[in-house]
Amino acid sequence: MTLIETKRPPDVPAKEWRAQRPALLLDGDHDLCPGCGEPIALRSLLEVIEEIGWADRTLAAVGIGCYTALTALLDIDMVQALHGRAPSLATGMKRMRPDRLVFTLQGDGDMVNEGLQEVLHSAARGEAITCILLNNGVFGETGGHMTATTVLGQRTKNTLEGRDAKYHGHPISMTDLLTPLGGVSYVARGTVTTARDVERTRRYLRRALETQIAGNGFSFVEILTMCPTGWFIPVAEGPGYLNETIAPVFRTGEFKVAGKPVEAGS
Amino acid sequence: MTRRFVEGSEAIVDAAILAGCRFFAGYPMTPFTEVLDHMASKMPAAGGVCINAESELEAVGMTWGALATGARAATGSVGQGLSLMQESFSEITRAELPLVVFNMARGQSDYYQSTRGGGHGDYFHIVLCPIDIHEAIEHVQLAFHLADRWRNPVQIYGDYLLAHTAEAVELEPIAHDALPAKDWALDGSLNGTGRSRNVNSIGMSKGAKGIAPEQFWKRLQAKYERIREQETRYEAEFLADADYVVTAFGTTAKFVRHVVRDMRDDGRRIGYVRPVTLWPFPAQIYRDCAGAAREIGVFELNGGQMIDDVRLSVLGGAPIVSLGGISSDESGFGVGPLLNTEVIRTILEENYARATGGGSAP
Amino acid sequence: MSRFVTTRGTVMIDVERCKGCELCIPACPPKVLAMSTARNDRGERYPELSAGCTGCGACYYVCPDSCFTIYQYDQPLQIEVIT
Repeated sequence: MTLIETKRPPDVPAKEWRAQRPALLLDGDHDLCPGCGEPIALRSLLEVIEEIGWADRTLAAVGIGCYTALTALLDIDMVQALHGRAPSLATGMKRMRPDRLVFTLQGDGDMVNEGLQEVLHSAARGEAITCILLNNGVFGETGGHMTATTVLGQRTKNTLEGRDAKYHGHPISMTDLLTPLGGVSYVARGTVTTARDVERTRRYLRRALETQIAGNGFSFVEILTMCPTGWFIPVAEGPGYLNETIAPVFRTGEFKVAGKPVEAGS
Repeated sequence: MTRRFVEGSEAIVDAAILAGCRFFAGYPMTPFTEVLDHMASKMPAAGGVCINAESELEAVGMTWGALATGARAATGSVGQGLSLMQESFSEITRAELPLVVFNMARGQSDYYQSTRGGGHGDYFHIVLCPIDIHEAIEHVQLAFHLADRWRNPVQIYGDYLLAHTAEAVELEPIAHDALPAKDWALDGSLNGTGRSRNVNSIGMSKGAKGIAPEQFWKRLQAKYERIREQETRYEAEFLADADYVVTAFGTTAKFVRHVVRDMRDDGRRIGYVRPVTLWPFPAQIYRDCAGAAREIGVFELNGGQMIDDVRLSVLGGAPIVSLGGISSDESGFGVGPLLNTEVIRTILEENYARATGGGSAP
Repeated sequence: MSRFVTTRGTVMIDVERCKGCELCIPACPPKVLAMSTARNDRGERYPELSAGCTGCGACYYVCPDSCFTIYQYDQPLQIEVIT
């Protein structure tokens, strides 16, 4: 097989179509596991913020999870919140700086376990913030335990035989909880398993942020991410496992647009 | 200035707005509720925001976010609500945010909670404990100044009496020294430059691998040393020739001070000390009067909390005795039968007589 | 034997950042990425590029570690491939 040189830019006329890294992502390793979906989601978010021209007017409230380590590379003014509390911090930030784009970055353990009350109240109040949920169905940072979004049958540190409704109850879908609330304007769920999924997720993120910029109330994007480490599977099987086990339970698509529920997920 | 007849809660809110507070979030609970009410009614006209949060936990979280943008922001509750806020208090303090907390406590039993840093970690809140509404008005303005000056939370330890007593007050603005600009505050202006900000409690920085909590936390300890040296406040009377010293804090102290002055008029050589800052505790004044006094009597309406700080200050230099005790009303709001000058007089006379061997000649 | 493969774009790969997750391999529509036999300083294999890249950016999209820069040629190249 003839290999193409990939150490240098091409020496024929070409357009650089995607730079290695968005400007808001600092150079450096992020130390997250091989095959982790979270850096894909974060990078997509940063690209979108740059594309819509709000790079220097954005503030973040970040939760606690593996993704917290990514904040060392996040070149955005941010406040580190406690587990679950980011929506309240974002509320205070946005009320004091309504001219800024304010988002939260939270995992499922953070938002749906510890912080369920916070996100529901912020949503019902219609705070003009964008809450972003990185959902991999486990507490990744502490070793892969069950969260409120772990799906039935999913194996975690404390559901080694698979989550059983009788002992462990049922998972919670944030899009189900948020869509009916009056203050909520935009709700979507995407994944990052293929390039097409990433493109769709970027579109959802963009529409969520545009909802905030237009002052139209609360917006929410849930992003299903791979966690081969927490799922106890080989890295390369991450996308397949997500699509076979998790995505059937948590449908992707847009659930609420401009304050109106969407009839069926797209 | 016009004198107005207002309850303590309203005076506190007026003083906060005068000091530039433009964000408040709280949750109703007696005897704090009226602070929230007055904030809700007055903040919008002052160009600020007041949110009736769905829980104390969310109230302190919203205030945390507002503080991070550089605003003067406050929250408050009573001891029970502050219990819920402790994790956030710890993080806010170690992130060096200038939070102001209005604690309308149900009596004196929350001294430990306020002064020990009720959450996890090595941190303290500066605690100002007013004796009445007039001092509260000064303390509220001082609180916002000290919070910004030190980048550390300041708590006003009030109570039911303070919040619900009405007096004629003048709201005098107090000028404080100018403070540096809050270049640490988040506004997005440094995004994309490599120098964007991360307001956090464990020494995380951008672009660096890992975090440096030890170095960060040690720096905070050094700050607490400087606060101890510079911000200790107390009130004392009649110590020069006191054979007996009684000490009390907060609104209770007003009753005690009144009785001490009466006893002085009747020739008793009794002195009085009141810590104005519960933290940093004014240890030195207790050390100073311990030498001459036969005994230091601690009149606090709880199971014995401030008495520990008095003991630590004096370190055996004089006997220390508890004169107060648990005393509350039927609702548990801390306005109990010991809060009575005649009762206090009896207690002080008995103990004074016992400690000084029958009293001293006038 | 040789043939010519239409190639519309190319990539730059920062191989030292690669953690060997291999997500880019199935993501590439023309299937022109394959993992190396050599290893980088992390001890991981990394993707290598053959002729036929379309510059679509799918590898960039799915890479968690920001290894790829994507180029689209002004004019497609015909690259000779020895088979």
